[in-house]
Amino acid sequence: MPKIIIDGAEFEVADGITLIQACEEAGVEIPRFCYHERLSIAGNCRMCLVEVAGMPKPVASCALGVNDLRPGPNGEPPQIITKSETVRRAREGVMEFLLINHPLDCPICDQGGECDLQDQAMVYGVDGSRFAENKRAVEDKYIGPLIKTIMTRCIHCTRCVRFMAEVAGVDELGMTGRGEDVEITTYLERGMMSELSGNVIDLCPVGALTAKPYAFAARPWELRKTESIDVMDAMGCNIRIDTRGREVMRILPRNHDDINEEWISDKTRFIWDGLRTQRLDQPYIRKSGKLRPATWDEAFAAIANKMKRAKGSRIAAIAGDLAGAEEMFALKGLMTQLGSPNIDCRQDGSAINASKGRGAYLFNSRLAGIDEADALLLIGCNPRTEAAVLNARIRVRWRTGALKVGVIGQEADLTYDYEYIGAGPLSLAEVANARHRFAKVLKSAKRPMLILGSAALARRDSGAVMTLAAKLAAGTGMVSDEWNGFNVLHHAASRVAGLDIGFLPAKGGLNTTRILKAAKAGKLDVVYLLGADEIDMESLGRTFVIYQGSHGDAGAHRADVILPGAAYTEKSALYVNTEGRPQITERAVFPPGDAREDWTILRALSAILGQPLPYDSLAGIRSAIYVTHPHLTQIDEVMSGARLDLNKLARGSTRIGKQPFSPAVDDFYLSNPIARASAVMGELSALMANGATGATGTDG
Amino acid sequence: MLKDEDRIFRNLYGYEDPGLKGAKKRGAWDGTRKFLQKGRDWVIDEIKSSGLRGRGGAGFPTGLKWSFMPKIPDGRPHYLVVNADESEPGTCKDREIMRHDPHLLIEGCLIAGFAMGANTGYIYIRGEFIRERERLQAAIDEAYDAKLIGKNNKHDWDFDLYLHHGAGAYICGEETALLESLEGKKGQPRLKPPFPANVGLYGAPTTVNNVETIAVVPDILRRGASWFAGLGRPNNTGTKLFSISGHVNRPCNVEEEMGIPLKELLDRHAGGVRGGWDNLLTVIPGGSSVRCLPSDMCQNLYMDFDTLSALKSGLGTAAVIVMDKSTDIIRAIARLAYFYKHESCGQCTPCREGTGWMYRVLDRMARGEAHKREIDMLLEVTYQVEGHTICALGDAAAWPVQGLITHFRHVIEERIDQYSANSKPEGAVREPAAAE
Repeated sequence: MPKIIIDGAEFEVADGITLIQACEEAGVEIPRFCYHERLSIAGNCRMCLVEVAGMPKPVASCALGVNDLRPGPNGEPPQIITKSETVRRAREGVMEFLLINHPLDCPICDQGGECDLQDQAMVYGVDGSRFAENKRAVEDKYIGPLIKTIMTRCIHCTRCVRFMAEVAGVDELGMTGRGEDVEITTYLERGMMSELSGNVIDLCPVGALTAKPYAFAARPWELRKTESIDVMDAMGCNIRIDTRGREVMRILPRNHDDINEEWISDKTRFIWDGLRTQRLDQPYIRKSGKLRPATWDEAFAAIANKMKRAKGSRIAAIAGDLAGAEEMFALKGLMTQLGSPNIDCRQDGSAINASKGRGAYLFNSRLAGIDEADALLLIGCNPRTEAAVLNARIRVRWRTGALKVGVIGQEADLTYDYEYIGAGPLSLAEVANARHRFAKVLKSAKRPMLILGSAALARRDSGAVMTLAAKLAAGTGMVSDEWNGFNVLHHAASRVAGLDIGFLPAKGGLNTTRILKAAKAGKLDVVYLLGADEIDMESLGRTFVIYQGSHGDAGAHRADVILPGAAYTEKSALYVNTEGRPQITERAVFPPGDAREDWTILRALSAILGQPLPYDSLAGIRSAIYVTHPHLTQIDEVMSGARLDLNKLARGSTRIGKQPFSPAVDDFYLSNPIARASAVMGELSALMANGATGATGTDG
Repeated sequence: MLKDEDRIFRNLYGYEDPGLKGAKKRGAWDGTRKFLQKGRDWVIDEIKSSGLRGRGGAGFPTGLKWSFMPKIPDGRPHYLVVNADESEPGTCKDREIMRHDPHLLIEGCLIAGFAMGANTGYIYIRGEFIRERERLQAAIDEAYDAKLIGKNNKHDWDFDLYLHHGAGAYICGEETALLESLEGKKGQPRLKPPFPANVGLYGAPTTVNNVETIAVVPDILRRGASWFAGLGRPNNTGTKLFSISGHVNRPCNVEEEMGIPLKELLDRHAGGVRGGWDNLLTVIPGGSSVRCLPSDMCQNLYMDFDTLSALKSGLGTAAVIVMDKSTDIIRAIARLAYFYKHESCGQCTPCREGTGWMYRVLDRMARGEAHKREIDMLLEVTYQVEGHTICALGDAAAWPVQGLITHFRHVIEERIDQYSANSKPEGAVREPAAAE
């Protein structure tokens, strides 16, 4: 623990940190543009210059480690001066240089109000310009449909270049030219093919890279900010929803070191235009084959008419991927009261269930555990499409050289090198039986982990896959007192909460596959779809279908009655992420039209059906959930010691099929009803399909 | 004046055979094995006591630099890198060594590599040096064939030497940018610390030396450190190659004793200043990157590191650029400023933005199309660049301008007055209000 003196006060700081971090710990603010704590050090903006006693020149505090400092002549701690005239002049000089070629277009710049250059110019800028020459102009570049470039504003901090190369793992952005002619661009102005590219908008300290879909839409100070949770995948990324009036204007990441650090995927960030289109804003009833608008009373009456005549065992309910815990809990309560055991939250037909303990369906190492892992086996999952931010975390760990990765399943470009073991369960069996050399890698690792994709558990041989994975985990010592390397990566945001509260077939009940089969055979009278759109609607046959959800997607098209619900930005709902971490979304805007928060719809329906649910407020339903599932009260906490009995898990059947593993997500950009309603996501999906060559600079 | 027998580079002008045979006749590769047998510490001590200072411009003591290399290897290889990216305007000494006396360099590489525990050496040669590259490569091949270097050579120190040619960027002469370029990356200087002696080429301990520094090493060992230390002036010992260009009667490269008075150097070797000593306007004593010195400061000027830095100039690469009174000094410095603007790598702010600004202001000043208050502004801009950048290119760009303003402010002012007096409608001086 080196001691240093910062502006006259002595501090003891951690080993190996840089001066800028030490100053931050000491509460001394250092201006910076290029420095970012999650990226490598570039030291090129020269804004963070400080004086170090004994050094002839001011030094860049972001680049100098506290351990590189030498004590004074009499052994006194090294002295850093951040407030001297020299430092002020140096920073003013740098600021002037940055501004001479920066356009004075703040009034029309989308970064205005949240621009680092603007803010720091308030402190280090001078009021007039001495620069009498012509300013430099740089042509704008096409780097994809998400990022608008105004390259004249660029101050060449290279944060974007470093992010794309280091975190996103796509070497597509770079700096060309030299001297004052340097420019940031992609190779031949191709679009950036990364699902994380939107983060460069946040990283850009000026308005050179801004969000294209949000261009000229709003000013940061007119937006209301709501802190919430993302539901595009099961990671539970922390987001901030910026709204104006009734509309979501943009979505930004919030920092959460244990989940998403400060990144979010492009789907999370640009999903908001999907929240405005294809919305269900009033109930509908199908009359003579056509959906017609109706009032809530009419819709409820139509449902009651069917439901009251149906026997409990002939009613079924399926919950979709975006459902919150409250509505699933309410629907489960209603179905139980109606005497129906046929409920399932696994619309993909997954066999994962709660009977083997919570540890058998959670990401036990926790997402942050990747930072410690030294060997990783991916089984039937493609984290790049199923949890893009997690994939970046794996990449960052891999870049340190400490992580070896093996893959069983789809041989995809994951942005890091891995050992490809095989495509299907046969390869898994090989590793599990220690007949493959990667078993040795796992065994010799200190913190080995496996990630079992949700699609690997939605197969006919999923029981055997689970058994083999458990056997592998036990055989390579993945689970010990201080480390649990057995992980299931879910893709559906609703899944863990659904499993936690038991939105699963009760005794004698039908699961999703059987519900569909029974419906087709005419053995069911009513199927209640709670935002379930990814099932085969054809299989529902002539059954009466109630669809409750936010978007007019596959489910709504098939429905006989549509009940308009709220999207995740419009309700306070509980979601449990793949680690088992409960988090609550907040209502940023009201649902459109007559749409209502989902649990209230079910509460109202239960009264119509004469089976009123025993709560009538959000607090009421939450307490009811908490009574039966107390671990969900620990918001943002992961309950430790989730039960996981590997030996018991490993005793199941090992009859595997030959079918190769397929990923849970076919099209990253179109994986849920909101995304399918989004024009931006559609464009990205098309671009991805065309291999990025669809657009060129001249198209932009 | 340097006696003929004290010369190190006896084939500087290429009158003799540059090949191995000729080089051996001139004394190269003589007793090399003996030096290596005396051990690493002996070599470093000998270089230290010879007082040899780096010939690339900064003048850092070479023996001391070598001693920074880790004594006990930690598993990483050590590398010697020779900086042959000679691009400093006015400087053309290394190319003569590589063309005409390449074996001195190769022998020096072996000895230096041995002294720092390096089994591999790289010579990074400037991209434009085509013939030099061919000559040097031929000499390296000769040395390999004669088992002077390479695996299992006569000297019992495995040493591989690779010649790598750059792409012609001035910045790649900066040692860390050179390493980046050598690694196949964009030639942009690295942040220091860590210094190359700890983390250099491919992350391994590396020492980067100038061609001339390495090429004089064998002769220092052969003739003894005291011989070398006996030449020149205290703390500025030995011989030095001077590249004399500009307004002299016979521009030339010449090996001379360090600390020779400028007047003697010019008169004896370059045929004197064009039009006589009194016609001298200014001298840039060390390549374009140092401040120029007006003629009155040149009267009794010792050409060595310490004297020149005391005058806020520098010996640099000892490329003496002589300008007589016919020179448009503002135009000349503006041209240098253009060079630095063109060669700035663009990585860090002050240099990227400042070099262009300085050039544009100077360009106007050369025409007189400026305000007198802009002279002080320009000076301030140079101070804003100097010392605030990652590498020394910022300083190198600022110093010539500072030299101009310090010593020739009156010329700039006269030019501005002249322009204002003769302004035409299409070339009028801008109103002060418009320039604000």
